[in-house]
Amino acid sequence: MFREDATLEQTNTAEPTRRDFLYIATGAVGVVGTGALVWPFIHQMNPDASALALASIEVDVSAVEEGQSITVMWRGKPVFVRHRTDKEIAEATSVAIDDLPDRNARNANLPEDAQATDPNRSAEGKEPWLVMIGICTHLGCVPLGEAGDFGGWFCPCHGSHYDTAGRIRSGPAPENMLIPPFKFTDDETILIG
Amino acid sequence: MAGHTKYVPQSAPAKWLESRLPVISLVRGSFVDFPTPKNLNYWWTFGGIAFFVLVTQIVTGIVLVMHYTPHETLAFASVEHIMRNVNYGWLIRYLHANGASMFFIAVYIHIFRGLYYGSYKAPREISWILGVLIFLIMMATAFMGYVLPWGQMSLWGATVITNLFSAIPIVGESVVQWLWGGFAVGNPTLNRFFSLHYLLPFVLVGIVILHIWAFHTTGNNNPTGVDVKSEKDTVPFHPYYTMKDLLAIVVFMIFFSWFVFYLPNYLGHADNYIEANPLVTPAHIVPEWYFLPFYAILRAITFDIGPIPSKLGGVLAMFGAIAVLFVLPWLDTSKVRSATFRPLYRIAFWFFGFTCVMLGWLGAMPAEQPYVALAQLFTVLYFAHFLIVLPLLGFIEKPKALPDSINDSVLGKPAADSTVGKSSEAAA
Repeated sequence: MFREDATLEQTNTAEPTRRDFLYIATGAVGVVGTGALVWPFIHQMNPDASALALASIEVDVSAVEEGQSITVMWRGKPVFVRHRTDKEIAEATSVAIDDLPDRNARNANLPEDAQATDPNRSAEGKEPWLVMIGICTHLGCVPLGEAGDFGGWFCPCHGSHYDTAGRIRSGPAPENMLIPPFKFTDDETILIG
Repeated sequence: MAGHTKYVPQSAPAKWLESRLPVISLVRGSFVDFPTPKNLNYWWTFGGIAFFVLVTQIVTGIVLVMHYTPHETLAFASVEHIMRNVNYGWLIRYLHANGASMFFIAVYIHIFRGLYYGSYKAPREISWILGVLIFLIMMATAFMGYVLPWGQMSLWGATVITNLFSAIPIVGESVVQWLWGGFAVGNPTLNRFFSLHYLLPFVLVGIVILHIWAFHTTGNNNPTGVDVKSEKDTVPFHPYYTMKDLLAIVVFMIFFSWFVFYLPNYLGHADNYIEANPLVTPAHIVPEWYFLPFYAILRAITFDIGPIPSKLGGVLAMFGAIAVLFVLPWLDTSKVRSATFRPLYRIAFWFFGFTCVMLGWLGAMPAEQPYVALAQLFTVLYFAHFLIVLPLLGFIEKPKALPDSINDSVLGKPAADSTVGKSSEAAA
C-alpha cells in the first residue's frame, strides 16, 4: 500500500511503465527462486542413489521340482518363481483372453501391448516356469500361493484372486501381477533384473 | 477469545506485563470469565477430554523417543527394550499406545455430539471445518505412529495405506515411490514417518487453538441449540466448567487406566509383536479399530464406476466419506440446530450411528460374502445420510417448539406455540 503521492509515478496509466516491468520481473524471479529452493526439499524424499542402483540377482532353480515355488528378494520386493504342473498350465491356457479383467501381459520382457496369453506370461520357451513380482496390484500385499478360486494366488488383504498364470481374475486388483525383466542364463539359473 | 473479561490489572508487575503482552486478560477472557451456556451436559466435556489425551500423547511420546531407535533393523528391538529394560517403559508405552485409542474415543464422541446438537451450523462452520481438519491430521499421525514399532502390522498397514495413492491416475506410481523413498516400504519410509509423527501433534495443538478461538468468537452451542440471549443464560467458565471438565477427565482416566493396566493389548493386534517381514503378508490384515468404518468403505467398491476403476473408486469413496464432513454445514437445510427439537433428524442420527458401527464391524471382517455386500449397503447408507436425508429433512420435517431462551429451558418453562417463528429465531 503506497500513498498516491504526487511525487510517486502513477502506475495506472494505459501504457505499461518501467515500474510495471520491474514489478513483474521481480515477481517472476521470486517465483522461480522459491521453486528452485522448494524442489530439493521435495526431491529428497524420492528414492536415493543407493535405492536406485538396479541390482540384479541370480537364482538357482535346480532344486525347484514341478509343483514347487520359491520366493526371492529383488529390489526389496518378493519375486515368485514357480515350476508349474501340467494341470496348472492347461487351466491357464484354456481361458479366453476376452474373459480376463486385464488383457495385458504386464511382462517387462515383451512389448508393452503383448496379450496376457499363458505363453506371454511364462518364461520364454519354458512354459512351466512363471517368474513374477509377488505383489498384489491392488494395495501391495503379498498374495498366498496355491490358493483362491482359480488355484493360483489369493490376496488375503482385500480378496483378489489370481489364476495359475498370475493373472487377476476377480477382486479389486486392477492388473495382472507384474513380470520383472529376467532370463534363463542356463537351464538351472535365472537372472532377474 | 479475549474481550469477555472485565479484568483490570491491580499489582504493578501485572500492569507492567499487561501493557506489553495482554496474556493475563487473554487467559481470563478465554478460560476464566468466558460466558458459557449454563445448560451444557456431560457430552460437552469430551472436547476437554480429547485435549487432555492429546497432551498425554505428547508427553509420553517425547519420553518414548528418548529410548526408541528409528531404523528398520533396530526399531522392533528398541520397542522391546522399552518394554523390558527401561524403567517404567512398559507403562509409558502402554499409555501412548492406548492413548491413541482413547484420543479417537473422545474425538468420536465429540464429533457425534456436534452432529446431534447441530454444532456445525451457522455461525460455527469454521470451528466444525477446523475440527474435521484435526480429525484428518490425527488419523495421519496415528497411522504413522503405528508404523514405528516395525512389526508385521506396521509394515503391511503402511504398505496398504501408501499404496492407496497408486490409484491416482498417471502419477500414482511416482507419488508412492516418493512417499516410500524406495521401491517398497523400508528404512527411508520409517525415518520420515518418525519425523512427521513427532511434528504433527504440535500442528494439532495449533489447530486446536484456532478451533477454540472460533467457537469462543461465536459462543458455545448448547443442548437446546438456542442462542444465548442474556447474561441469565450463561455462567463463567471457571469454576463451573473447569470443575465439570475436570471431573469428566478423572472419570475418563479410570476408563483409560482400565485398558492400560488390565487390557493393554486388547485394542492392538497380536501380529504386531512379530518383526516386520517384507516376504510374508499376515493372513488377515486389519487396521486399528478407529479406521475400520473407512476401511470398510474402501473395500466396498469392488466394481468399476464408468471410467473409474474399482481401486480408484474405493480410494475416492474412503476419502469422500471424510470430505463430505467438510461441507456438512451446507448440506443440512434445517434451521433448527438441536436434535431434541427435530423428531425425524433424531431418528436419522441414531440410524447413522448404527451405520457407522456396522461399517466398523464389517471393516474387521474378511473380504468375502456376505460382508462385501453388506459393506456396500452401509456405504450407500452412509453417503445417503449426508447427501439425501439431511438436505431433504429441512424441508419435510416439522420441528418441535423451541424454548424462548436457555434460561427458560433450564427452568422448565413451556415453549411458545409459533414453531416456525421460533426456529428461524434460533438460527439468527
